Parts: sequence; structure tokens; C-alpha cells
Amino acid sequence: MVVVVSNFGKKLAATGLVLGLFSAGLAWYIGGYLMVTPDSVASAATSAPATSELTLQTVAGLGDAYSQPTWVAYLVKDAHGVWRQSTNFTVPANSTVRVTVLQYDGASGLRNPFLARPEGVVGNTIEVDGKAVQAIDPALASHTFAIPGMHLVVPLEGVADDAPDQCEAAPCGLEKAHRTITFSFHTGSRGRFRWQCFVPCAAGFIHGFGGPMQTIGYMDGFLDVV
Amino acid sequence: MSSSPPRHGRRIALYTIIASLITTPLAALVLGPHLPPGHGSREAAAQVTDNTVLTVVMTPIACLVLVYFAYAAIVFRQRGTEIEEGATTRGHAGIQTAWIVSTTAIVLFLAGYGTWALLQTGSGSGQGPVPMASADGAVLPVQVIGQQWEFTYRYPTYGGLETSTLVLPAHTQVEFHVTSLDAIHSFWAYDLGVKADANPGADNVAIVRTGDARSFDVRCAEVCGLWHGYMADTGQVVDSASFATWVAGQRKAFAPIAGSMPPYRPTYQPDPQRRAG
Amino acid sequence: MTIAAMPRRTSPLLRRLVGFNLITAVVLGAIGYYLGWWLGHQVSVAATDHYADTNQNDVALFLAYGLAVVGFLTGLGFLNYPVSRMLGRPASVAAKDEADGWKRYVSLCTDHKVVGLQYLIGIGFFLLVGGVNAMLIRVELLRPTPNIWPAGQYLTLVGLHGSMMMGMMTSGILGPFANYVVPLMIGARRMAFPRIEALTFWLLMAAGVILTSAVFYGGFPTGWTGYEPLADQANMGMDSYIVFFALVGLSMTLLGFNMLATVFSMRAPGMGWGRLPIFVWSVVATSALNVLAAPVLVTTLTMVALDRTLQTTFFLSSSGGSPFLYENLFWVFGHPEVYILAIPGFGIVLELLPVFARKPLWGYRLAVSGMVGVALLSFFVWQHHLFMSGLNANLRPFYMLSTELISLPTGFTFLCAMGTVWRGRIRYDVPMLFCLGWVFNFFIGGLSGVFLSDVPSDTTTHGSFFTMAHFHYTIMGGLIFTFFAAIYYWLPKMAGVQLNQRLGKVHFWLMFVSFNSTFAPLFVIGALGQPRRVVSYPKDLQFLNQWVSVSAFVLGISMVVFLANFVWSLVFARIPADPNPWHSSSLEWQVPTPVPVHNFDRIPVITAELYPYGAETTAPAAEPLTVGS
Repeated sequence: MVVVVSNFGKKLAATGLVLGLFSAGLAWYIGGYLMVTPDSVASAATSAPATSELTLQTVAGLGDAYSQPTWVAYLVKDAHGVWRQSTNFTVPANSTVRVTVLQYDGASGLRNPFLARPEGVVGNTIEVDGKAVQAIDPALASHTFAIPGMHLVVPLEGVADDAPDQCEAAPCGLEKAHRTITFSFHTGSRGRFRWQCFVPCAAGFIHGFGGPMQTIGYMDGFLDVV
Repeated sequence: MSSSPPRHGRRIALYTIIASLITTPLAALVLGPHLPPGHGSREAAAQVTDNTVLTVVMTPIACLVLVYFAYAAIVFRQRGTEIEEGATTRGHAGIQTAWIVSTTAIVLFLAGYGTWALLQTGSGSGQGPVPMASADGAVLPVQVIGQQWEFTYRYPTYGGLETSTLVLPAHTQVEFHVTSLDAIHSFWAYDLGVKADANPGADNVAIVRTGDARSFDVRCAEVCGLWHGYMADTGQVVDSASFATWVAGQRKAFAPIAGSMPPYRPTYQPDPQRRAG
Repeated sequence: MTIAAMPRRTSPLLRRLVGFNLITAVVLGAIGYYLGWWLGHQVSVAATDHYADTNQNDVALFLAYGLAVVGFLTGLGFLNYPVSRMLGRPASVAAKDEADGWKRYVSLCTDHKVVGLQYLIGIGFFLLVGGVNAMLIRVELLRPTPNIWPAGQYLTLVGLHGSMMMGMMTSGILGPFANYVVPLMIGARRMAFPRIEALTFWLLMAAGVILTSAVFYGGFPTGWTGYEPLADQANMGMDSYIVFFALVGLSMTLLGFNMLATVFSMRAPGMGWGRLPIFVWSVVATSALNVLAAPVLVTTLTMVALDRTLQTTFFLSSSGGSPFLYENLFWVFGHPEVYILAIPGFGIVLELLPVFARKPLWGYRLAVSGMVGVALLSFFVWQHHLFMSGLNANLRPFYMLSTELISLPTGFTFLCAMGTVWRGRIRYDVPMLFCLGWVFNFFIGGLSGVFLSDVPSDTTTHGSFFTMAHFHYTIMGGLIFTFFAAIYYWLPKMAGVQLNQRLGKVHFWLMFVSFNSTFAPLFVIGALGQPRRVVSYPKDLQFLNQWVSVSAFVLGISMVVFLANFVWSLVFARIPADPNPWHSSSLEWQVPTPVPVHNFDRIPVITAELYPYGAETTAPAAEPLTVGS
């Protein structure tokens, strides 16, 4: 079956062009949406052996310096001391991670009060503003830092509603009303874990669990143990 | 010998019978014991039996249809390049009647058998708030609370104790009460043969009798949002002494939060948080 | 009228671009979109003031989509006829003669043959988009932890793939093939409602674009089922899903009515119900389901849209609603819907087997009663999707029985297929290969369905990859295989050119083998405990998942083979097709190629039995067959 095609090269080029445009569109579709995820920030090494530090803050809303929408979010301090909007963290395997959370948001309350008790952290206690605590009032929880795959839950108490000088938008400085929560946990073997907030803090969404609660970069992220 | 019509039928029947005689025992004896979900509980073992029965019933049917089409595809093919015409048969009342009667019989058997199996103890499935197939004797009630995105467990007979891991005593009949605080989840304890949807504001009961000590997988089987794919955990069936020790330890750890917990209820109806923060 | 009479070819380019055409449609669609978006932001009532918190305005997006669709249809010229009638101008069916050449294919055209080809290209494109999504899903599942797409985007991909396939492919057979061949098969000059026929196509195209746009609004996490209350929490991408499925539902309903009206009222003399080709019967059964089931979907989605915008609580258990209500309503539509996907496949297989086995269809009445039986029973089985939900648990024995009963009429199709090949003279042309592929795939799909219909067995298989494998065997192995059978079979008539048969056979074998290699292991993966729609799975399932992914990529390559064949044969080679290459006796093959605009100069009178193949007679089914010019 031999078919003589006139202007074969021209037609082939046209087909190639169409396919190329289609592929470019596809690449744009993938690159523009599917691949978007915040860069991972590594925990900072400390002088103690096999111990690293991670410093986070939680804010009621993001400022202009960060990507939209301006939902409630976690921020992380990177190696240069800059607050970055990322919820992907990298920590070393078989080590202790010391986490400090500067909590600037008000309370929403937990739907399941059980999660107001810290679990899976060193000593089963956390420090809230320097005071050791075994459980908080579930109604005062603003967020949690939880890694269900490690059975780790840390409730974060909210700033009092009547506290002066509340921070409206990130990044928030230490002069604003906040609570400081510190805790440590041991990482096991390597793996990729997810972490999330359990407090229904997504204002305006049904059950408080839409938007930021279901978007990586706000109230959810990955913990890469490497 | 010429290939007169009856011979085709006889050959197909012969091949079908031979294939069925070989494959059906294989399905029952070799494949059967490996069918899901294993023998982790009374209900799981019953499901293996059920799956084996279905497989055994369907094997000869599969043999018939596949042998028939394979035979037809080879024997009834057009040999040359010229278009040849086939036979002019347009139907056969006897064959059609036989087919309808036999498939109806098979279907009625399967439905009857499935209903019988379901009525034993509910086959580990979610049976709604009032189970049709009730438990056989004493039960340990365990509440499974689904939330985005974790299951937690409450033991009403141990002071409303709530835990983040599921531990069950061996050789005990357990009555799961599955509910949700937000979206629809589905509690799937794979090795125990238990699956029950967790619906907000609804109590879904599933009954299982645990076997020997072992671990089992727990997964969410209904898409529930961002971390649906990560809503998995490992549970444990342990002997009764270990279970008592575990409960004592959990109650101690539970003490700081016990005062803040709502009393045990079949369902919880958290307020819709239209405005948080 | 004046515009039509204008000598277009000589007018300047700009002049030619103005008018009711696709460009105007896109421009008016964009204007409608921005108008709706702006309008939505002007609306501020107590029930919607939470948008300040959520950073998303669902009212604006619904209005934007709605007005975009209105603008798009107006630009295509859908309002011209009603408006001119309201102004008192005379009725006319001249629209299909006005445009010339290729332009008919990119504008509102009421010729059923043009609409059929428009459907083929349009649906084919969105099938490709859905297929690319499937490839992206399988790329992610090469590894047990999220590595390429983050969890949310993965769920969006799953939802886009499922919705595109389940929504768009409801018209996968009825759109291209029933629109094209049903009027020819029943000896009619057109469909009963040609403008509605065109409308169903353009609605579907708008729907496809809207669904794809979900990625720009944050995607949606629910999969194609859109369960509440998850759908209520979701980002604005959920609105894309809602509008998409609502438009699909509208299109399905209109398509169903149009098909029923055509078959009921426009059959040629002598074509009684007992002489209706079996494919037309399958179209009738499917259309009845379209008409009865799709409106439920549109209503349900309207309720979801109200929950998301005006803060009603139809599906919120904490405020008096019920998520069960959504599950019920969705599956009241959803289960008939899967048979909307399946029954046209039955029709194509039983229509083609007689041609390629050179035998009359065996058990015609049984085949008809099978299709009608499936259609009827499909309304009584929906709660088998809720066996584990705890809803009406005590009714499960009934739903178990009704679900298993549906295998009886389905079995009729198999018996008729078996009877038809019995002592035939089977020719292995490409369409026949795809029909036999259907026999194998749908049989496996049917057998695996028995495990899902049986509650004790369903406890493990429900919501797992087993279920997923089952419905891919019935829908992809059923519908898509017959879709390709229909393309290879009818394209010589529709496009007037022959597809390359050798490439067609390569396509079939590559697709058949890789399809089974993709989906058979998924039964095992599901039975070993992998739930649907997960981005992360146990490490010990990695090998099987990788096997499936690689097979899926080969399956994707088989589609590229088809595309290459399609483009080569239609664009470059262009070998004119024989008017009746398969030696079929059916009416659509008795008209010349290309088919005249009005199909038949004289409406044929049907005087003989259908499917007059076989040794004793080779007479055609219709006399006189003096068709064409």
C-alpha cells in the first residue's frame, strides 16, 4: 500500500506544530497547578548530639509578602532566620527534634477534645510559655501540630481573645501577643510522614475543615525523615 | 467424519467439563485458602468461605463461556478470503429456556447463600444503628470515631477511655460503633474483615469475633479529603492479660484529659464551624 | 437570510470572522464569564458574607460559568431561531445547508451526520484529556509515598479523570454513533429535533472545558461521586465539578428525549418494533435511562450548589440535613448511569457480530428483552453502593437479590452473542476483534461484579481497588472497546475513508493485552487491601502497582497508535472507503458515501427480516433500495 502524499513535509510540520502546542499546553497545565508545592525547610542542627531545632509560627492570616489566599497558616524559620510560608520540613532520622511554635492565633476549639492531650512527645508533656503542661482546655485550642503516623499530637493553645496587640497578618514579631509552645520528639527510621492541624480553624468553611485545612502550605504538610 | 452440528455441541460440552473438572477443584482447594481477607477473625474466615463458594460457582460458568468462545473463534472462522455465509439459525426456544432457568437458579442460590451468610453476624459489615444480625453472646463495645484524618477509639466499658491506637483482646466478640465528626469515612480493619462507613451523626454497628493475637491493618475506605490516602494505622489483637495492662496504661495517660471529655454517646454532633478563629 | 446569501468567499477576512460562529461564541463566552464574576462580587447578603473569610466567592463562579455558557451558546447562534420565530419569521430547517465545507464542523449545524462527527472529535479530545489524567495518576502510584503530585493535587487528578470519563463518556456511543447512524438505520432524513441535537453537543463541549478549569480554582477532593459534606468543604474547583455534571445531565436528558422521539416517530414504513436493528434498541433503552436518571443528577447538584452558596443545609447532619440523602440521590442517578455506559456496548456487539460471523442475530427478542430488562432493573439496585454505609442495612438482602438479578438480562446478551457466532463464518476484521475483546472484558467485569453484589464478600472489596478494577473492566473494557469497534466499523461511512487495518490490529492487540495487564492485577491489589483514591499505599504493594503503572503506560501508547492511524488515514492517506466494506445488510450501508445531506431521496420501505445473512439468502433487508441520486 504505497500512497503518494503531496506536500507531505508541510503537513507533517503542521501536525508537529499542533502536537507541540498541545504538549506545551499540557506542560503549562501540569507545571502551573499540579507541581506547586512549597520547598522543604530543614531543621537546624544544634550543639547537642543528634538534636535539631525547628521554629514555627502560626498566624491567623498571611500578609502581602506571601502567596494568596491569605488563609490561616503555619510559617517556618529557615536557615537565614527568615519566616517562610512552607509546611514541608526535613528532619534527620533517629534523632531528637526540638520544636518551638510561636502561636499568634486565637482559639477555635477542638472538635474531638481527646486531641487536647499531648501524645508522642518526649516526657508526654509540652511547655506552654515555659510551663510544663499535660493537657490543655480543648475549647482553648487554636491549632494542633500532629503527625498521626507517629502518633504525635501537640495541641497549641490560642491567644486570649482580649489580649492586647494581636497580630493580624504574618510575619508576626515577638512584640505581638503570642504563646510559645516547645516540645521534643524522636524521629524513627526514614520515611515521609504527613502532619496536620486537627482544630477546625478554617474560618467560613463547613466544619472549619476546608481551604487551609486541606491545602499543603497552610495547615498541612509533609515531614521528611531522612 | 464430517463436522455435523451436534458434534460441535458435544465437543464444547466435553471441553467445558474437562476444564471445569480441572479448574474447579483448583479454585476450591488451591486458590480458596488464599482468598481475602484471611483468617484474622471469625467474620474474616466466614468471608473467605463465602468468596470460595462464589469462586467455585463461577469457575464452571467461566469455563463454559471461555471454552465456547475460544472454540467458536477457532472452528467457526472463515477459512479463505472470500466472504462465506454462516448458518441461518435465529434462535432456539429450548436453549433459551434452559439458559434462563439455569442462570435464574444460580442467581437465586447466590442471593440466598449471601443472605444466609450475612444473617450470621453481619459478616463484619456496617449494619446501621440496629443490627439485623445481632451479636452471639457477650460483646466488648468499641467506638470508632472518624475525623479528618484519623480514627480514634473509645472504650465505654473502661470509663469512656479514648485512645489513638486500636487494641483488642483475643477471642473476644467486639461490637464496633462507627461514627464520624465531619465528613464520611469508612473504617476498614482489613485482616478482621470489618468495613463500616463512619457517617456524621450516625451510629454504624459492625460485629467481629477476634481470633489469636496478631496485628491488623486499619484504613479509611471512603475518600474524605486531603489526607485520605494517609488515614491508615496498625491495630493489635493481644491476649487478655496484655490487654488489661494496656488499658491500665492508657487510662493513666488519659487521666489529664478525662475531665474535658464529653460523656460517651453513640453519635456526636459537633457544631458546624462556619466561623472559626 | 441576507447573511446567508452574502458571497462569503470574496469578503475580507475580518468580515468573515464576524457572525455567529465559534470565534464569536468564545468571545461572548468570555464576556459572559467576566460579567458573571463581576455580578457575583456585587451580591452581598447575610448568607454569603463568609466569603471574606474563605477567600472564595462561589456565587461569583456559578454566575460566571452560567453566563459564560449562555454567551457561548448565543455566539454559536442558538438563539437566532427562537428569536426569529418570535419576530414572526417563518419556520425553517435550512440551517444545515447554509454553511459549506469544513465550516459546518466548527459551527452550529443541525445535520445529524455533522453532529455525529463533531461528537466523535469533541468527545475523543476529552477522552484523551481524561486518559492523560489517568497516566498522571499512575505516575504518582509508581511509589508508595507522594513523590510528584502533592496529596491534594493527586485527589484532583483522580476526580478529573473519573468525572471526565463518567460524565463525558455517557454520550460516548450515543453522541457520535447513534446521532449519525440511527436516522440512517431507521430510514429517516434527520433527527426529530435537530437543533436540540446540536445543543446537546455544544453543552457537552462547554462542560468539558469547565471541568478542566477546576485546576485553576484549587481542584476538588471528592472523586467523581462528589460525596457530601466533603463537597461542601471543598475549594471552588467543586463548583466546576457541579456545573460540569449539571450540563452533562442536561445534555443527556435532551439527547435521550431526542433519540426516543426520533425512533418512536420517524421509522420508515415497514420498520416495526420487531424489525428495529438491535443497536437502535440499545439506544432506546439507554435513552430511557438518560431521560429518567439524569434529571435526578441535575436536581441533586442544584441542592449541592445551594448548600455551597446560599448556606442551605440539605446534606449537613449537624443542621437537620443528611449526607445519606446525597448518597441516595447520587446513586439513584449513578447506578442507571453505569448502564447508560454499558447498554450501547451491548447494542454494538450484537449489531456487529452478525455482520462478521455472517449469521442472523441469534435470539433477537431475547436480546431486546435483555436490554430493556437491564434498563428497568437498573433503577432497583442503587443501594448496593451503600452496603457498608449503615443506611437501610436491613434492606441489603433485597438489594443483593436485585443486583444479582441484573445478571440475568445481562446474560441474555452473552447468550445471544454465543448463539450468533455458532456455526458462523467469523472474519477477524478490526471491529470484530474489538467486539470479541468486549466479550472477554465484560465477562470478567460481570464475574467480578458478583463479589461486589454479595454483602459478605463486599465487606472486603467495597471501596477498594477491586471495585475500581471491576468497573474499569465493564466501562473501559465494555464501553471503550465497543467505542473503538464502532469507530473502525462506521468511520468508513462517516468520514468516507478507510482506516488502516494493519495499524488497527496493532492497536487492538496492544490495547487488549495492556488493558488486561493493567486491570487484572488491580483485582489483586484491591483484595490485598488498597483502598481507592489513595496517594500512599503499603510498601509491599509497590511491585504490583509498578506493574500496573507500566502496563497503563503501554495502554496509553496503544491510544497513540490509534491516533496515529486516525490522523494518517484521515489527513494524509485518505483512501476512499468502499460504500459497504463489511458487506452489511443494514440500511446505513446502502446509502452512498458520502451520505447525501438528506440521506434518502426516497424513504425506503422495509419488507424483509433483519440480518438476512446466512447460507440460504443474501437478500438485503430493505426494498426498494433505490437510494442516493
